[in-house]
Amino acid sequence: MSIPYRVLIGKPGLDGHDRGAKFIARALRDEGFEVIYTGIRRTAAEIAATAIQEDVDVVGLSSLSGAHLRLFPEVIKELKDRGGADIPVLGGGVIPDEDKEQLLAAGLRAIFTPGTPAATIIQSFSDACKQQ
Amino acid sequence: MPVNNSNSLLKGLAARDPRAIGKAISIVENNGQGVTEILAGLDRKCIEEVLVLGITGPPGAGKSTLTSSMISQLRSDGKRVGIIAIDPSSPISGGAILGDRVRMMEHALDTDVVVRSMATRGRLGGLCASAGATVRIMAASGCEVIIIETVGVGQSEMDIVRLADITLMVLAPGFGDDIQAMKAGLLEVADFLVVNKSDLGGAEALVMDMKQIFATKEKESDIARVLQSIASENTGIKELLDAVQRFTTYLTINNLKKQRRKKAMEGETLDWVFEMLRPTLTRKLVEQTGQEQIDPRVRAKELIQQMLPINYHR
Repeated sequence: MSIPYRVLIGKPGLDGHDRGAKFIARALRDEGFEVIYTGIRRTAAEIAATAIQEDVDVVGLSSLSGAHLRLFPEVIKELKDRGGADIPVLGGGVIPDEDKEQLLAAGLRAIFTPGTPAATIIQSFSDACKQQ
Repeated sequence: MPVNNSNSLLKGLAARDPRAIGKAISIVENNGQGVTEILAGLDRKCIEEVLVLGITGPPGAGKSTLTSSMISQLRSDGKRVGIIAIDPSSPISGGAILGDRVRMMEHALDTDVVVRSMATRGRLGGLCASAGATVRIMAASGCEVIIIETVGVGQSEMDIVRLADITLMVLAPGFGDDIQAMKAGLLEVADFLVVNKSDLGGAEALVMDMKQIFATKEKESDIARVLQSIASENTGIKELLDAVQRFTTYLTINNLKKQRRKKAMEGETLDWVFEMLRPTLTRKLVEQTGQEQIDPRVRAKELIQQMLPINYHR
């Protein structure tokens, strides 16, 4: 029996729209992932501390409020401060193309936008977990 | 280098490093490299002294919320707390959504609250073994009280809560049918019954029913065993923990805590034995051909005799 991958799905910031995050959480569960869900309105520090405690392979972030440029890199920084620089961070949400490059440059492993097929997202999670 | 690795992990545990605690638990859960060295190297005194509470009850009774307000109270008493939150794995995909943390996020930045979400992964024995080992890792990292939280609606959960020194069953008014389902099992092993959401209608009647069931238990220790709480408002939590504390003392002075631990350790050892034998047995079974006509019980006996030099008479 193979060991299930552990991932965290987090929603940083004041954005309360969690349909996307929950959709991804369910899709990952259906593909055999163990998904730790943090709920909405979390700080970057809370998400990072949780990821460390739960020893997840990958962190997935969702933001629909437009604060991704500030919040996603902050999670990476908080992870680094807690000795978790090796944990890949993936992000998704309403993210304009011009922000995408900036986020990838800031260390995000991948960015998903409306219209990205679920299969592509799951494959990215899978690949990121495998590298751990 | 598994040895060096386990050594540095053990040092990390003693230093209460969150990353080391998380890693060590993963190694145990996945039966990874160095698991024996880690578990053998844990501080036994911490393990002996820790208090393990099991919290169970039907979905929606308020277990996670109650756990969260118990954490707040324990923290204000200066205790370092560990939580093992168990949710079921999907029998189809093997995946799981572990969502108990949603109700505990207020403690996310408190480094003296160690939370680990755990999926059942389909095998009860394996889960009991992993959860038991996780308790000891948390204890060795300085946790003084450890709470195991699990949905309690069947035999499987009953076995998990037996890892605990003291078991709390959480109910809420309006769960009549669930109570029927659990009557034969969990109510008997529970030390405390917490009627949560006790501001809702029907709470008084539920308390009265439960007091009747727990009358004998209350008499033997002279400690109230049926308590009320409104976990979302932190009401009744201090009283609950006071009762738990008195009961802990009762168990300790009557040597009952030791007896319960002994039984739990024996059960967990057996679980580990089966877990360790499982891969070999599975392989042997798959390798066998032309045995489909033989009764499974007869086949099982032959398998054991092949492996172990024992005289198995029955």
